[in-house]
Amino acid sequence: MSDTTQQNQPLQDESSEVPVIQVGHSPHLSNESFTTRRMMIDVLIALLPVVGMSVYIFQMYAVKQMAICLVTCLAAEAAFIKMRNRSFSLTDCSAAVTGIILGLSLPATAPWYVGVIASVVAIGIGKVIFGGLGMNLFNPAMVGRAFVMIAFAGVMAASGYESLNTGIDAITQATPLNAFKQMGISTSLTDLFFGLTNGSPGETSALACLIGGIYLCIRRTASWEIPAGIIAVVLIMGGLADIMGSASNWTVLHHLFSGSLLFGAFFIATDPVSSPLTAKGKFIFGAGIGFFIMVLRFFSGYPEGVMFAVLFMNALTPLLNRWTIPAAMGE
Amino acid sequence: MALKSENFAGSGTFSKGVHPPERKQFSADAPIEVIPTPKEVIIPLQQHIGAPSKPLVKPKQEVEYGDLIGDNEAFISAKLHSPIFGVVQKMAVTTLPNGRHVPAIRIKASERQFTDKENYRELMGGRWSKSVVGYDPDEVTRAINDAGIVGLGGAAFPTHVKIAPGKKPVDTLLVNGCECEPYLTADDRLMRDIPDTIISGALLSRFAVGIKNIIIGIEENKPEAIESIRKAAAGTDIKIAVLKTKYPQGSEKHLIKAVLNRVVPMGGLPADVGVAVSNVTTMTVVARAVIRGMPLTHRVVCVTGGGIVQPKNLLVPFGITYRALIDFCGGLTKDAARILSGGPMMGFSFSDLDMPLTKGTGGITVLTHDDIRKEKETACVRCGRCVDVCPMNLVPARLAVASRHRDLAMAEKYKIRGCVECGCCAFVCPASLPLVQQIRVGKALIIASKK
Repeated sequence: MSDTTQQNQPLQDESSEVPVIQVGHSPHLSNESFTTRRMMIDVLIALLPVVGMSVYIFQMYAVKQMAICLVTCLAAEAAFIKMRNRSFSLTDCSAAVTGIILGLSLPATAPWYVGVIASVVAIGIGKVIFGGLGMNLFNPAMVGRAFVMIAFAGVMAASGYESLNTGIDAITQATPLNAFKQMGISTSLTDLFFGLTNGSPGETSALACLIGGIYLCIRRTASWEIPAGIIAVVLIMGGLADIMGSASNWTVLHHLFSGSLLFGAFFIATDPVSSPLTAKGKFIFGAGIGFFIMVLRFFSGYPEGVMFAVLFMNALTPLLNRWTIPAAMGE
Repeated sequence: MALKSENFAGSGTFSKGVHPPERKQFSADAPIEVIPTPKEVIIPLQQHIGAPSKPLVKPKQEVEYGDLIGDNEAFISAKLHSPIFGVVQKMAVTTLPNGRHVPAIRIKASERQFTDKENYRELMGGRWSKSVVGYDPDEVTRAINDAGIVGLGGAAFPTHVKIAPGKKPVDTLLVNGCECEPYLTADDRLMRDIPDTIISGALLSRFAVGIKNIIIGIEENKPEAIESIRKAAAGTDIKIAVLKTKYPQGSEKHLIKAVLNRVVPMGGLPADVGVAVSNVTTMTVVARAVIRGMPLTHRVVCVTGGGIVQPKNLLVPFGITYRALIDFCGGLTKDAARILSGGPMMGFSFSDLDMPLTKGTGGITVLTHDDIRKEKETACVRCGRCVDVCPMNLVPARLAVASRHRDLAMAEKYKIRGCVECGCCAFVCPASLPLVQQIRVGKALIIASKK
């Protein structure tokens, strides 16, 4: 539409008073302040506290990992789009979001090729193969991460950071969830909340995730129903475990603030493409993720379950959409 | 804020909907003016929902102001009258902004015409009685049919059909003064300038149908109109519901929900929940028809928008061209980009200014290039914004996909027939998808598949 306008501009100037009339369908106004691109930029803005915290704790390791993932994701997007003969769509910023989230969810010390492979898989298999942005069934970043998690299980277990040259002692330790799972050592809640612990760069600081996440929910870029569902179920299941007195000194709040729970709840599970459309569906989706996270944490060999929980619920999204068609007005 | 000073069952609003920019300031403060009688009028035989009118005049025949020129043989149809003194020309075919080609009666104006002052006095001026004493309900109904009155809110459904005694008891006449479309101010102006006529028409309509209550619903962004109607209604039992300003508050289903907290069943009519809804403009022409015996030949039209040099509210005869109206308002500005019959949310855009104005059109909005600027269409990211705003509680994104893929079973499953095409979904869509347009295509496919 705007192209026509620009083409017609000279003509308009020559004949001076003749306006250029176009036709179109209703509605003739649109809300310009909220576009797909703006949504993606919102996510990048919301990630700032998380990025800042991860750089503060992991320093160059975090910077390097994020840079590798960001660049590879953008390059992969460009390459795949060219292969499919589609118009270049880097400007929607969605590949940048995938890159940063992937960079934040891989261990900072993982070798460069892990980040590269994860990024190519995320964009290629996670997104483009399904038909590009909007068509993918699974969260692209989690597809990439799951791939390297299985392919490079050794380097992905984020416990081997002893040689890290960083100002904070915490980095030389096992991740809080690993320490608890393997040795029964509990980490203090304050450390978990502010993020002075080991882990993937994005997940350590609960505070940073909350700040960014609340911004996303206020902007309605992320639907609050999803994190609400996750957190509610984690609180209920963790609370029940506390009451039953099973898990010693690892309380419900430890569950909430540790691992990638809040990062996943606000930044990964809220990916609009791979989550349901309706408010009810979104809440069920979140609750399901919360349930599987707790089941995996309690019963599986893995210390953490956010990634698998998200991927599993992604697979259920089409079903949830079908089950939660809202009752129309007057029905 | 909403529903001040009266007790209503509704909350003064409905769930979901959007807040487009109001932009009423272009024409809100321009009092109603009379446009000079045009040299020719083109009266389409189909200006309403239902069967076309049957022409009663022959070429070269002389007609007077208010003469019957088209009859309604079918029940759901409406009579047509000449809005000027003149001579009938050869029948023509004209196109309407909604794209339909319809036969039309052309009438060339003769020398003798009413002056603008006479027109205003006859149609709007003078005193309007608030008493129904001396009238007979049948007489009122007949007057409404004889005057060719149709709903002037936009749908143009014949009013005599709406007030015909039905099987379902109706207890409330809800007069719609919401005017929730951005830009448009014709209803606002009528409520401010001739509130007595509206009250008169409402009392007569109620009398004809034997309804108990009258409620006039007005959005709270029109304080002058609320005040004016309140004054005019003093001494009657008419209640005024001040409603939250939200689009589409003027949609009859949402108005009923907001005021009475009743829900019209899907595919049903307001009568199913005991309500009759009528626009304020319709009330003025009912009063005119019953009290003064004048047929529906003129209406108030708002000509507005950034693309109009001098936005105005005009009293115009039907059959006048859009060009005449726009010229009377100083013409188009240089950056005018889109001309609409109606408002920006649901209006039809068109380019042929020589089309005639019909009964259902209450506004002409001319938008500028800035107004209609849109981001390029991108992929749907299933963000669910359309679901968040759909006042009918549908899933527009899925309906659009179903329509695009011609998957009619899926479209039915997602209740495509519930869509009122209000445009909320497309207004908010971050991917700038033409959701309403796609849903319209889906509806058309379903209708075609059933034939």
